[in-house]
Amino acid sequence: MTADIEIRNVSKHFGAMTVLDDLSLFIKAREFIVFLGPSGCGKSTLLRMIAGLETVDTGEIAINNERIDHLPPGKRGIAMVFQSYALYPHMSVRDNMAFGLENIGMPRDLIDARIKESARILEMEHLLERKPGQLSGGQRQRVAIGRAIVKEPKAFLFDEPLSNLDAALRTRTRIELAQLHQRLQSTMIFVTHDQVEAMTLADRIVVMNNRKIEQIGSPMEIYDRPATKFVAGFVGAPAMNFVEAMLDRSSRNATARFADGIAVQTEIASDQTIDGKYTFGIRSEDVRIVPAGQGNADGVVDVLERLGERTLVYARLGDGQQIVGSDAGNSRVAVGDKVGLAFDGRKSHLFGETGRAWHAREV
Amino acid sequence: MDDRRATPPTALPAAGVRAASIDIYAPQWRNFIFVAPFLFFFTMLLLVPLFWGMWLSFHKADTFSSGNFVGFGNYIRLFHDKVFLQSVWNTFYFVLLTVPTLALIGLFLALCLNRRTRTAAVLRTLFFSSSVLSVTIVTLIWRIVFIPNVGLLSTIYGWFGATAPAFISDPSLAMIGIAIATVWWCIGLPMMLFLSALQQIPQDIYEAAALDNANRWQTLRSITLPSIKRTFVLVVIVQIVLQFQLFGQAWLMTRGGPNNLTKPIVLYIYDTAFRRWDLGMGAAASEVLFILILMAAMAQYLVTRSKAGQA
Repeated sequence: MTADIEIRNVSKHFGAMTVLDDLSLFIKAREFIVFLGPSGCGKSTLLRMIAGLETVDTGEIAINNERIDHLPPGKRGIAMVFQSYALYPHMSVRDNMAFGLENIGMPRDLIDARIKESARILEMEHLLERKPGQLSGGQRQRVAIGRAIVKEPKAFLFDEPLSNLDAALRTRTRIELAQLHQRLQSTMIFVTHDQVEAMTLADRIVVMNNRKIEQIGSPMEIYDRPATKFVAGFVGAPAMNFVEAMLDRSSRNATARFADGIAVQTEIASDQTIDGKYTFGIRSEDVRIVPAGQGNADGVVDVLERLGERTLVYARLGDGQQIVGSDAGNSRVAVGDKVGLAFDGRKSHLFGETGRAWHAREV
Repeated sequence: MDDRRATPPTALPAAGVRAASIDIYAPQWRNFIFVAPFLFFFTMLLLVPLFWGMWLSFHKADTFSSGNFVGFGNYIRLFHDKVFLQSVWNTFYFVLLTVPTLALIGLFLALCLNRRTRTAAVLRTLFFSSSVLSVTIVTLIWRIVFIPNVGLLSTIYGWFGATAPAFISDPSLAMIGIAIATVWWCIGLPMMLFLSALQQIPQDIYEAAALDNANRWQTLRSITLPSIKRTFVLVVIVQIVLQFQLFGQAWLMTRGGPNNLTKPIVLYIYDTAFRRWDLGMGAAASEVLFILILMAAMAQYLVTRSKAGQA
């Protein structure tokens, strides 16, 4: 069982504070959607409104074209996995999973069959008689997911479910969640502030900031063609380089000129741009390290981060601006060296004063 | 990476200097002086009287002499004394009346007042405020309520042309009257204990229960009550220990009457030891009460220990 979810012009206020401002979003059936954004952007509130744990001030939420925003949480046909797992501490794993089904009067044999099946899927048959206090963090996480699966919901909601796990377990659980989605073919909404989780899990990412949706798109759309400066800066590690720039729009493609005379030829159509101040943006992997004098600009290396497969080079330009470039894993650059920075014009971005983005022509 | 060469080789400790590590948890005898004042008063005011009381209970003693060893004589006399047996029964009856009532009403109040409204805060303070009154004030208030003909209860019954039950003088109602006053007086502590237990239940398991289609009754039965089970046991045991020591209310409201029907063990001890000056037998009665309370305290210890073991 799966369902599409439509959010229409939803707003939410806590007292005088607006938490969500006129959001609309359509989530297709079987889609894995990730709400990504910094703390306090309203992503968890939106999820809790879908779940029925927060009221909707204005607007509507519908599942399969049926309005659900007036229904109590249990009647919406959705299941949620909490950040803290929210397992019932005095109940065994089996009772935790059975509780929701018992409450709707499901026959015992059907409940048992469902618990057996989801325990098999999650490989936790041996945990069924234990209490949550006797489980590790990863096992509790599994139980929380199992408790959601047995309900066979129309949609799964995940509220930062991986944030309490250690790094190794988080990576593994992430992969398991992706597999689970493949297997169950259910609509899933996942809230996180971790861009790696968002990039790896999502069919589409909804980037939220400051009460609003900044961009909705596939992970690569979000990464390659961020709609706003916020998205460009929030997604990707290290964050995109930003430099204040003036625009030379005399030729077909715009040229960005930095304050100290550095010029970068972009592939952004001049006639698409408008007058005004710009911020030039480029990701570290699109800034190559070359011998001094051979790139668009020269800089002195401040810090090196050796990640193994590549080396991040933090170089300072003449005017003090720091640019992060990327070199080979076995780079011989050392701190204090003078290096050249070669910007890839095809991968450059421009951001207007309102934050709106321009990208290179699509090939 | 040249700086590594600059580091001197690890210096060996100079001869004669012992680089001993200090175990900061090792016992230090001088720390004893910090607990000595407490230990002195604990010994003098608690331990000595405790064992002196035991010693007294095996002796024939009055105010002027504590002489002959009588073995279990005092205890044998005690268990042949109908008044003592009556007072033991009275005490159990009183505990039976008050403890379940305190636990259930305390729980009910806590469930009702566990919310963040101003009204709830005012009511919490109000229900707790009776606990700060002294027993004299409490019994005074309830005597005014219960007093025949002119009391509050009589007045209210009078409006409907009925006669109020005689809570102080009726043999079958006197203990109930004392129990009502006691519940009114003591309800604050159980309520506060339950409130703090309720506030420790994480909000998200209620949200999970809401998503699990649990109605209010199912939530109460399956989430709330199991979560505060240990507090419930704790409240019951604490109240048993407290209510076994009934004295002031019975003394001030009924003087143990009518016909010794409201005389609790402590009042019996007081009468025996300090009005009839039979210290040995009073001490023996004290030991009986001590054992009764000790059993309740042991039960509390076992319950709290198993809690710690499971956590």
